[in-house]
Amino acid sequence: MSLLAATNVAIERGDRTLLRGVSLRIEAGELWQLVGPNGVGKSSLMRALAGLARLGVEGAIQCNASTLFIGHSAALKRALTPLDNLRLHPACDTPVEDEQIRHALSAVSLAGYESVPVGALSAGQQRRVALARLCITPARLWFLDEPFTALDNAGCHWLEQQIAGHVASGGAVLFTSHQQSRFGAQQHDLDLARYASR
Amino acid sequence: MPAADQAALSLSAAFFRQFLRHGKTLAASPSDLLNPLLFFFMVVTLFPLGLGPDPERLSQMAPGILWVVALLASLMVSGKLFASDFEDGSLEQLCLAPHPLAILALAEVFAHWLGTGFLLALVSPLFAVMVGLPTQALPVLVVSLLLGSLCLTLIGAVGSALTVSIRRGGLLLSLIIIPLHVPVLIFGSSAVVEATRDGNVASWLALLAALALASLALAPLAIGAALRISLDNG
Repeated sequence: MSLLAATNVAIERGDRTLLRGVSLRIEAGELWQLVGPNGVGKSSLMRALAGLARLGVEGAIQCNASTLFIGHSAALKRALTPLDNLRLHPACDTPVEDEQIRHALSAVSLAGYESVPVGALSAGQQRRVALARLCITPARLWFLDEPFTALDNAGCHWLEQQIAGHVASGGAVLFTSHQQSRFGAQQHDLDLARYASR
Repeated sequence: MPAADQAALSLSAAFFRQFLRHGKTLAASPSDLLNPLLFFFMVVTLFPLGLGPDPERLSQMAPGILWVVALLASLMVSGKLFASDFEDGSLEQLCLAPHPLAILALAEVFAHWLGTGFLLALVSPLFAVMVGLPTQALPVLVVSLLLGSLCLTLIGAVGSALTVSIRRGGLLLSLIIIPLHVPVLIFGSSAVVEATRDGNVASWLALLAALALASLALAPLAIGAALRISLDNG
């Protein structure tokens, strides 16, 4: 059974139809990138597929896996520490040990920042805190909207490895990025320009 | 669906986690906690100056003054309830959680109430003495404010959830929730008035408690639905 099956999805925003007739089937072990120019509806489609938007979304979307969604806004509380932010994260559906979180934070090179309020970290570091969830989550299907934004080279490299590792272990990832073919032949592209209705 | 070998988080644990998250955020910014108290203090001190120092008249008006100011203090903070969650993307994650949004939102409202309405009710006797409320009415004032502020916070949360995606939704929020606040105000201040005359307090408090229970049962459902609508618009 595929992890995600979307057939004939149309996305409307306000009184404008962004996309029409999008069909997508994601199997375990697949890596998908949504490509297309700015404003074509990459984020809107991803939010619809993740089950976040229902207004203005037509078509059948069936999701058969536990999911994780990391969007433009990092869902971090500025006043809380990275440790608290990850420990008390609202979308996590399994109990998380502190040891796991410390491990995840050191994986994103934030060891030593466990008790600094997130608001005092830089944009790239905040991004890393949000992405540290990738080390903790048991979810099989990842939705990552522009995950490479604000990351330095080392961070991008770490994230690429993380995504490749997840796919290799039978998970699946759908992501957007302004950089084409980050993963070469390993990835599938879904070009949204073909479905844009103008 | 979590993987089979992974124990899923129970609903009560998820509720407690969300409560803790919001509580810790509130505790980290004490100004949010102090603002309603300071507002209450300032307005209550202004009344004797405006009405003249006649203790007789002041103590007659005290129940109404205290209740109206408490209502305004609650109105002032209710708009902020979900604003930061909406801005930083926490609301999206809350919607994706496997647990009912209504319950998780209730956890947040509860933490918010403890930091605002509950605190205000506890310190209200201090302010009541300033406007000359008879001492025998103080316990009733605290109880009525405890029950009433719970109602006000829950109703305010519905309004906040509805208007969170609208820029400058403050006026709209007031228009939506003030009519719903009116019964709470009437029952609450009536209870305190009766207490100053040694009259029938119990029936007013019972009505207030009924309102509190009804909003506790119904408001979370409305909050959950309203949050989803707001997220769709955002």
